[in-house]
Amino acid sequence: MSELSMPRCWNRESKPHRFCPGCGHGLVLKALGLAIDELGLEERVVFACDIGCSLLAWDFFTFPCLQTHHGRTIPVMVGLKRARPELVAVAYMGDGGGYAIGLQHLVSAALRDDPITAVLVNNTVYAMTGGQMAPTTLLGQKTETTPFGRDEAETGRPFKGPETLSAVAHPQAYLARGTVAQVLRLKNELKRGLERQLQGHFAFIEALSTCPTNWRTNAAATWAFLEQDMSSFYRPGEVAVMAGKED
Amino acid sequence: MAKAAELESRAFITGNEVVARAALAAGADCMFGYPITPQNEIMHHWRRLAPQQGRLFMQTEDELSAGFATIGAVIGGKACFSATAGPGTVLFQEPLSMAEMMRLPVVVVVQQRGGPSTATVIYSQQELNLVCFGGNGEGLRLVYSTGSHQELYDYTIKAFHMAWRYRFPTFVLGDGYQAKMREPLQLYDPAERGFGPIPKEPIFGSVRGEGEKPLLHLRNSFSVEEELSEVLGRHLEDYARAAPELVEHEFLGGAGGELLVVAHGIVGRAARQAVRELRAAGRRVNFFRPITLRPFPEEALRQALEMSGGAVLVAESAQGQLGKLVRLAAAEWGRPRYRTLYRPGVGITAEDIAAEIEEAILA
Ligand SMILES: Cc1ncc(C[n+]2csc(CCOP(=O)(O)OP(=O)(O)O)c2C)c(N)n1
Ligand code: SF4
Ligand SMILES: [Mg+2]
Repeated sequence: MSELSMPRCWNRESKPHRFCPGCGHGLVLKALGLAIDELGLEERVVFACDIGCSLLAWDFFTFPCLQTHHGRTIPVMVGLKRARPELVAVAYMGDGGGYAIGLQHLVSAALRDDPITAVLVNNTVYAMTGGQMAPTTLLGQKTETTPFGRDEAETGRPFKGPETLSAVAHPQAYLARGTVAQVLRLKNELKRGLERQLQGHFAFIEALSTCPTNWRTNAAATWAFLEQDMSSFYRPGEVAVMAGKED
Repeated sequence: MAKAAELESRAFITGNEVVARAALAAGADCMFGYPITPQNEIMHHWRRLAPQQGRLFMQTEDELSAGFATIGAVIGGKACFSATAGPGTVLFQEPLSMAEMMRLPVVVVVQQRGGPSTATVIYSQQELNLVCFGGNGEGLRLVYSTGSHQELYDYTIKAFHMAWRYRFPTFVLGDGYQAKMREPLQLYDPAERGFGPIPKEPIFGSVRGEGEKPLLHLRNSFSVEEELSEVLGRHLEDYARAAPELVEHEFLGGAGGELLVVAHGIVGRAARQAVRELRAAGRRVNFFRPITLRPFPEEALRQALEMSGGAVLVAESAQGQLGKLVRLAAAEWGRPRYRTLYRPGVGITAEDIAAEIEEAILA
């Protein structure tokens, strides 16, 4: 990545970053960096990452970065935000962190409309631990714990985060699914998510991402899985909040 | 000053209310909590009193969230605490191990209830192991075991100061009896006893060691063993250096004793009463109560053993959790003769202890 295209708020001392070649995490963090640059929020942001490959971003930016525990990034940022409302809190996590071990925190933060921006990287696997099934693993997808393909009868159906939160989030909350296949669009979604926090509301952006290492795919197959398999089941775009519509 | 006048008063209240009032008096900024008996009224009182003074309360979705939100607020530079018990103390181990690794001054008040599992909501001293050594670490924690409402007040205030001064997660270890009963105590303005503002500061931007850069990036995971070993080694050194300044205990008696009674918390209170009465009747019985369980006042215990001829009675409402600490500390002294009064999850009275002492001395 050229110096020119590198977001201003990226910490140059920790680059090149530690993600595998072809990993989507770097693209999500690029979109996030550009969004923060464009909003001029560098001085106010605190970034927290989960355990999972996201932890490799523990020193990613020039603003304060904090690595927490698996699934606990949201409560840490909720506590920080309550204590220091002037800060802009970004909670960054994987799909295992947000949709499995930490799901109660995600749902509760959405219910309470905590003014934080949660960013979740959906790569359909537990990447850091070696490619086990995640809540987002597609039906039929092979992982270390679904070696013959994910079977609905055994494991249930894949989890759709923004759509699920749509039933509980505050009407003013922001919910979206972006994809690293469209980084500029993802940047705009992240920007809206940050702005919504500034307006005092909860924001959640899931980013469809790639993990060629655990998918064991070459560049073409990686991109095909992202753009075809994942994107047809997990539709990118903003998700309307349904909660509160009844009253 | 109206505030000081209000604080300078006698009160007759429950231990849970004492904790809430102490945290307020100390200048704590926020509490994150999740309901569990017997600590609930700490939250109730804090929730009623704190917002009037611009302090924060939040009821979280579980204890994990309470612990991690406390961590978030502490990182933001606020003096912050939570309170829990039993299975809640179990869940707290995860955030507390993070606080231990990252030297975050989180304060947690534990009102022990019966265990294992949900057991009773009433009372025990069975959470000693958990508060001292729970978590996947080395127990780099500061633990005050209180034996009266006055101590609950004193040590809740002190906990905030020591946590921030030394940067170790700090516990006030009470129990269900202390939580629920009423007794008189003296409230006061901490400033008048040498506890001014809590020495808090935002963790980001703070400077830890000499010649070090202000903290900007904070982590608890390391790529290689040596990296961890270096960081943890520094924490262990800090802990060992701080220990002599932190340890506290109570001793009653003198040289030439024929038995040393060791107990902590509310059982320590029963033991003190039993020993006082027997001493008044001419028996040469000594009494030792560790106030800090971590770090443990090992040297003081060995001196007490020396004065008591090496005969010990350990009494606790648990199956030897304190006993283990005593044995560990005593090992360097020699080979004491042990007697134990272990009643896990059940109260122990002065009479129970007096009877045990009589038997021990006759035996
Ligand atoms: C309490 C706890 N349980 C399990 C783990 C092990 N663990 C580390 S990373 C991880 C999965 C990460 O997957 P995900 O959240 O999807 O992030 P990714 O690596 O895919 O970006 C797990 C289970 C842990 N660190 N802590
Ligand atoms: S294992 Fe997968 S998610 Fe993790 S850094 Fe490598 S490509 Fe990215
Ligand atoms: Mg994942």
